[in-house]
Amino acid sequence: MAVAAAALPAHSPLLRLKGVRKSYVTGDIETPVLKGIDLEIGRGEFVAIMGQSGSGKSTLMNILGCLDTPTSGEYSLDGQEVSTLSDDDLARVRNRTIGFVFQGFNLLKRMPLIDNVGLPLLYAGQDRAHARSRAQRRLEQTGLGPFAFRLPNQISGGQQQRVAIARALVNDPPLILADEPTGNLDTQTSVEIMNLFTELNQSQGITMLLVTHEPDVARYAKRLVRLKDGLVTYDGPVKDAHL
Amino acid sequence: MNFTQISLEALRAMGMNKLRTSLTMLGIIIGVGAVVMMLAIGESVRADINQRIASMGSNLFIIFPGSQTSSGGVRVGRGGMQNLTEGDALALQNLENVDYVAPVIQRGFQVQSGFSNWNTMVYGVTPDFFAIKAWDTSSGSLFGDMEIRSISRVAVIGQSVATNLFGDFDPIGQTIRIQNRPFEVIGVLADKGSDLGGSDQDDSIYIPMSTARQQVIRQWFPGSVNYIMVQAQSARTMADVKYDLTQTLRVRHRIREDQEDDFTVRDLSAIAEAAAGIATGLTLLLGAIGSISLLVGGIGIMNIMLVSVTERTREIGIRMALGANRRDVLLQFLTEAVVICVCGGAIGVAVAYLGTLAVSNFSPLKVGMSTSGIVLAFGFAAAIGVFFGFYPAKRAAGLKPVEALRYE
Repeated sequence: MAVAAAALPAHSPLLRLKGVRKSYVTGDIETPVLKGIDLEIGRGEFVAIMGQSGSGKSTLMNILGCLDTPTSGEYSLDGQEVSTLSDDDLARVRNRTIGFVFQGFNLLKRMPLIDNVGLPLLYAGQDRAHARSRAQRRLEQTGLGPFAFRLPNQISGGQQQRVAIARALVNDPPLILADEPTGNLDTQTSVEIMNLFTELNQSQGITMLLVTHEPDVARYAKRLVRLKDGLVTYDGPVKDAHL
Repeated sequence: MNFTQISLEALRAMGMNKLRTSLTMLGIIIGVGAVVMMLAIGESVRADINQRIASMGSNLFIIFPGSQTSSGGVRVGRGGMQNLTEGDALALQNLENVDYVAPVIQRGFQVQSGFSNWNTMVYGVTPDFFAIKAWDTSSGSLFGDMEIRSISRVAVIGQSVATNLFGDFDPIGQTIRIQNRPFEVIGVLADKGSDLGGSDQDDSIYIPMSTARQQVIRQWFPGSVNYIMVQAQSARTMADVKYDLTQTLRVRHRIREDQEDDFTVRDLSAIAEAAAGIATGLTLLLGAIGSISLLVGGIGIMNIMLVSVTERTREIGIRMALGANRRDVLLQFLTEAVVICVCGGAIGVAVAYLGTLAVSNFSPLKVGMSTSGIVLAFGFAAAIGVFFGFYPAKRAAGLKPVEALRYE
């Protein structure tokens, strides 16, 4: 991590949240979920976000992933203020800047793996042939080259998550956002997936943001952010935290 | 995403639920098929009627003797007196804006050939008669002024007469006997079918007026005719011609101001217009019926697309997370609807083609598909895809990524 971080400007964090609040309104009742989050994550960091259900970590995750916008506060990502962007601009930011890895893999069912992996490239405006060749390369890097034309349900869960990671990486984003990426996997496969994340973080300097409630998974990260009732209650090295 | 890409995606999505896609498409197939076929049938009925009207003669008046309501006690229906003469016809010939005047005498006869005999109507006519009717022969030739002057015993026969008297033999040059007088068949008229009144126009024999009058059809009053056909130069001059010919005949017949006409002028253009109106109405009606089924098919598309959007909410969420913007999602679902409609339209046109072949085979109508009908139905199908696909697509595009991703 130190190697990757050194290559980048020290005073330009990849993302910065300042006083971010989010509340949901149902009828006349306003329910605050995030009550003022300040967070700065530098390029090349490996951060785990933990918290019990109801702590607001999913909401924070959605805001960090530009899937949702804060009610108030500032959020700048990769040097751009995104809290005020339109839906279409947010779509472009998600496409270029963020690679998503979900708990349920979220591959499109009837689509061959190669096209699943290439989909972000198509939305980036590239042609099909180019998207396929890049997707094929990504699949080979994750050891799934021979399965390129299979459908998601023809491979194992661990393999599906590898495909999802290949898809997250295909557009070379600076940030990977993983939401409970091992939640549906057995222990052995979880270890493989976490090792893959660690390797991506260390060798390619990709910033990893991991949302989890499993201490074993959080231990792969360097830094821990703990949420409780919509506020950050711990932000520091993983090794100093009580997991 | 570019257009090819979006279309491929649409085809893939259609393949996801083949039964549903084909049932949805069936609505469009039936709709487009119905529109194309109904229009084709309507069009052929119209063409058929137009052809019959044309064979009746255009811009035409027919003058019958007698009037429908005559004063002075005795009421005589049209055709009931014999007070129209060839002299009247000659007088009308000099009127302005008149192209042709054709007096006609007619009577039914038992006619013999060497093979058979047949009861049919024999008409004594002048060459102008054929000019008015715009009739021609399918074999042989018509007679002209020379045959009239020389009082030739020649006959032009209709298709039905030819079949009944000569079967499969060529009648040209053969002899038929009318009132025991031999006539040489010089022409067979092209097939006309029945006229608008339903009588068979091919079941008739035409001989020169002069010959008919002298040798075949003896009238009680010399020079009288059954009716006179008058063709005006154009539809615009019809009213003038009608006034002129009425006045001319009144003067010739010495009818006082306070007396009614002793003849009846029938204007065939009114009948022709009515028939054309009916044909147009019929085409519209058939087209409307077809359009309703196409509309129902379109609503089916909308229904299925709405279900599909709900079912694929999560897929939409994933796509949005990966960078699909509103336009991408909108176009994806819109294209799906349009592709279903266009495929359904293509199959519908093919089905309609088979349908018109069947109708042409099993009915007297000759139904041909018009290119304009096909283009219209096809464009209509695509428009229906856009129209009924737009709302579901809009709904898909309006989904919030967070909510769509959370959808189970």
